[in-house]
Amino acid sequence: MRFLSTHRRHPLAGYAVLLFGLLLAAALYAAFAPGKADADTATNDPAKIEEGRELFLVGCASCHGMNAEGIMTVAGGNYGPSLVGVGAAAVDFQVGTGRMPMAQSAPQAIRKEPVYTDEETDALAAYIASLGPGPAVPDEEYTDVSEISQEELTRGGEFFRTNCTACHNSVGAGGALPSGRFAPSLQGVSEKHLYEAMLTGPQQMPVFSDDVISPEDKRAIIAYIKNVQNQPQAGFGGGGLGPVVDGMFAWIIGIGGLVAVAVWLAAHGARVKKKRS
Amino acid sequence: MSTTSTPLKDTGVGKKAAGPVEWLDDRIGLAGLVRKNIRKVFPDHWSFLLGEIALWSFVVLLLTGTFLTFWFQPSMAEVPYDGSYDPLRGLEMSQAYASTLNISFDIRGGLLVRQIHHWAAALFMAAIIAHMLRVFFTGAYRKPRELNWLIGIGLFAIGLIEGFAGYSLPDDLLSGTGLRFVDGLIRSIPVVGTYIEFFVFGGEFPGELIIARLYMAHIFLLPGLLLGLIAAHMVLLVYHKHTQWPGPGRTEKNVVGYPMLPVYAAKAGGFFFVVFGFTTLMAATLQINPIWAYGPYNPSEVTAGSQPDWYMGWVEGAVRIMPNWEFTIGPQTISLNVFIPAVLLMGILFTVLAIWPFFESWVTGDKKEHHLLQRPRNAPTRTAFGVAGMTFYGVCWIAGGNDIIALKFNLDIFTITWMARVLVFVGPVIAFIVTRRICISLQRKDNDAILHGYETGIIVRSAEGSYAEAHAPLPPEKAFALTARPRVPELTAPVSEDENGVANPDGRKARLRAWAKRFFYAHDVDKPTRFEVEDAAHHFHDDVYPPHDFPDDFSGVSETGVPKQH
Ligand code: HEC
Ligand code: HEC
Ligand code: HEM
Repeated sequence: MRFLSTHRRHPLAGYAVLLFGLLLAAALYAAFAPGKADADTATNDPAKIEEGRELFLVGCASCHGMNAEGIMTVAGGNYGPSLVGVGAAAVDFQVGTGRMPMAQSAPQAIRKEPVYTDEETDALAAYIASLGPGPAVPDEEYTDVSEISQEELTRGGEFFRTNCTACHNSVGAGGALPSGRFAPSLQGVSEKHLYEAMLTGPQQMPVFSDDVISPEDKRAIIAYIKNVQNQPQAGFGGGGLGPVVDGMFAWIIGIGGLVAVAVWLAAHGARVKKKRS
Repeated sequence: MSTTSTPLKDTGVGKKAAGPVEWLDDRIGLAGLVRKNIRKVFPDHWSFLLGEIALWSFVVLLLTGTFLTFWFQPSMAEVPYDGSYDPLRGLEMSQAYASTLNISFDIRGGLLVRQIHHWAAALFMAAIIAHMLRVFFTGAYRKPRELNWLIGIGLFAIGLIEGFAGYSLPDDLLSGTGLRFVDGLIRSIPVVGTYIEFFVFGGEFPGELIIARLYMAHIFLLPGLLLGLIAAHMVLLVYHKHTQWPGPGRTEKNVVGYPMLPVYAAKAGGFFFVVFGFTTLMAATLQINPIWAYGPYNPSEVTAGSQPDWYMGWVEGAVRIMPNWEFTIGPQTISLNVFIPAVLLMGILFTVLAIWPFFESWVTGDKKEHHLLQRPRNAPTRTAFGVAGMTFYGVCWIAGGNDIIALKFNLDIFTITWMARVLVFVGPVIAFIVTRRICISLQRKDNDAILHGYETGIIVRSAEGSYAEAHAPLPPEKAFALTARPRVPELTAPVSEDENGVANPDGRKARLRAWAKRFFYAHDVDKPTRFEVEDAAHHFHDDVYPPHDFPDDFSGVSETGVPKQH
């Protein structure tokens, strides 16, 4: 990311982006256009569900139970919660962001490289969706923010500040929560996962169902997040963490640098000559 | 002075300027005053420039602030935004916020100036504190400079308020949250809090007046006060003359350094450009306070990572670690959870700072004038108190960023809070003890160097085959500087009765004072006596490697075996 942001003004950057965009568009088309038709049917496709069930038995059942009914710990806590009725969206989010399968027991499952391919994720989602009704993976219509209007963008900002910044910070840099938990940074999270996070409310995050924030407003929020993250920065920004980092810079770079100059000035005066006679 | 300079009137410029200057002098007759002060002498040490950083960043603040006033509109009236920042266009916001957005995005150079102004403010406060610490640790506030110390405290306090007022002006989400915090502070004052709140905000928070009021304070009242106090600060400085470090030819009665003109003025003037350049460089490369990202203030919104600017961070931290003590008496809610850490603590800080010089001279009984600075190690108890205070401040400060620390270092925010709660009491005590021990060890080390010389780094093998490191006597200037400190006073027990057995009327007070004095001085290591020094000097001749064999410009060998330059 660092490389990209520092080279974004390179003379060739424009062409590179264009080329990349074209390739991406082609790849997306290849991936989605034919898939779209059977994506709807996939959820009901028995072969897909069976494939998902097998993957589940291998990778997830140890925590979530053979039938995804959940496993209780001896102490009565949740080893892995029941997944009946969490819906395809929850699986797509949890597996697609690499949170599941969970690696070690920590205060919260963290984002990492996904373990499963897109196909396998779909299959897992289909299997869980077949267990009980739950939120589905969102339509592309609501995750495509390229055509967003000015008015929607501003509205998305209002929704974002009202509902999300308390935990995720105003530029989505993340924030701390009690007991070692945290709201992660939203930098680089895909549109689909942003949507699914709102829809399913992973862990400490509240659920923002379609009754609370309509799909159109969710799209506006996503558009705002993406827009703000792509705004040029007025200099190196300390990650948007605000005044704490600014204060650190004021002392270390500001006072540190000026004191260095002061030491030099005091040592190189007209009157200071080589000591020792 | 070893430099000779051409008298000003004989230089080319001087000759040209003579006419107009004479004209002016005939009318206002300042020549005498100027002639006297132009040759005022200023000593030179890097730490004396800390005050200058504060001074110059204040000038930068005045310059950039003036620029900002051309476009800023201090009004809380709501307008729809129609500037060039897309994600906010069409949103209803206060004129204050909208005009700050305009300065950032639609006024040429506006964002840069805003960032310079904000960095200069952060630097101003940092420099004030660094400068105050240097004055404290070197004992520069002792008689006759107590008044200037008090003016300094005033500058510090007003600087805090000035910075806070500025931070609140743009009316963005962070400003508003900060104002809300102060609103809470005010309200926590028992009984009168609510009345003061209504007075300050012209009604219930946030009201519609506060920005205009803060604006008046920020661009007129407080800078005016600062300017006046800085002028008084400088006048007193010139009147008392600057302190200096002890050294050959430097006494309590003279000042050794540069004359005001041409050397010091050139250096100081040059330093202004360094400070200005430096803040500009920071502003051009480091983002500060991106208000557009926070959005306009709306009491129902808040963002993770809301923090005041750093100089208020310690108050924020104190509030964060305070247990939730709150109770009601009749209709009154007493919010000790806010009152103690914020209002009371700030009051205590400034009170302690203000009375310290007087308290110290009461304890030591020292009523003499001092123009020579003390090295921090030569006042171990004072230094230890200072470091203990810094530790307290530092712990509060860290607690103010507990959420950021938790996030960045993957820690539990409650663990940090609890650690801070313990450290805020234990830390200063440990710091006090450790600092005092370090100072005392350094005093011993100095004495060692005076008596036994410095380590040359040369290992000598004696005729018997034993090895020893050769020592050489300190150069005289250095030995002089090290010994130019007053002796530790004799500590006598207070008399509780006179010879006739009559009880001393102020026995209690005297005993307390004697106890305090003992506490202040008890562990100090006195400098060697003249006899000890002379005695030690003889031993150099019995040394394995007599020092007179060293070449003249020799001053020891470094770890890598290269001769050192002192
Ligand atoms: C090491 C144990 C473990 C494994 C393996 C694991 N999970 Fe989980 N999973 C959990 C726990 C614990 C939670 C609840 C807390 C959380 O979300 O972090 C959870 C939560 C979830 C949720 C969110 C439930 C909700 O209410 O929204 C989904 C979906 C999920 N897991 C799917 C999976 C899938 C699919 C796999 C296999 C690829 C898997 N998990 C493997 C432990 C595990
Ligand atoms: C109460 C605090 C809270 C609020 C409010 C909140 N979130 Fe979250 N959010 C969290 C937490 C905690 C997580 C981490 C969940 C996890 O790791 O499973 C999270 C995770 C996410 C993720 C996943 C990020 C990743 O790294 O994959 C997204 C996207 C997200 N939130 C978006 C939003 C949006 C958009 C809103 C506003 C509509 C919002 N959140 C509101 C607490 C919150
Ligand atoms: C607006 C803030 C301030 C400015 C612009 C300022 C400026 C200066 C300058 C330029 C000097 C001479 C150089 C130096 O010794 O560093 C000085 C000296 C001094 N200042 Fe400040 N100062 C400020 C705040 C303070 C504070 C907060 C204190 C302490 C509470 C203080 C106490 C003193 C004292 C006692 C001296 C005399 C020091 C000596 O002669 O050794 N000043 N100040």
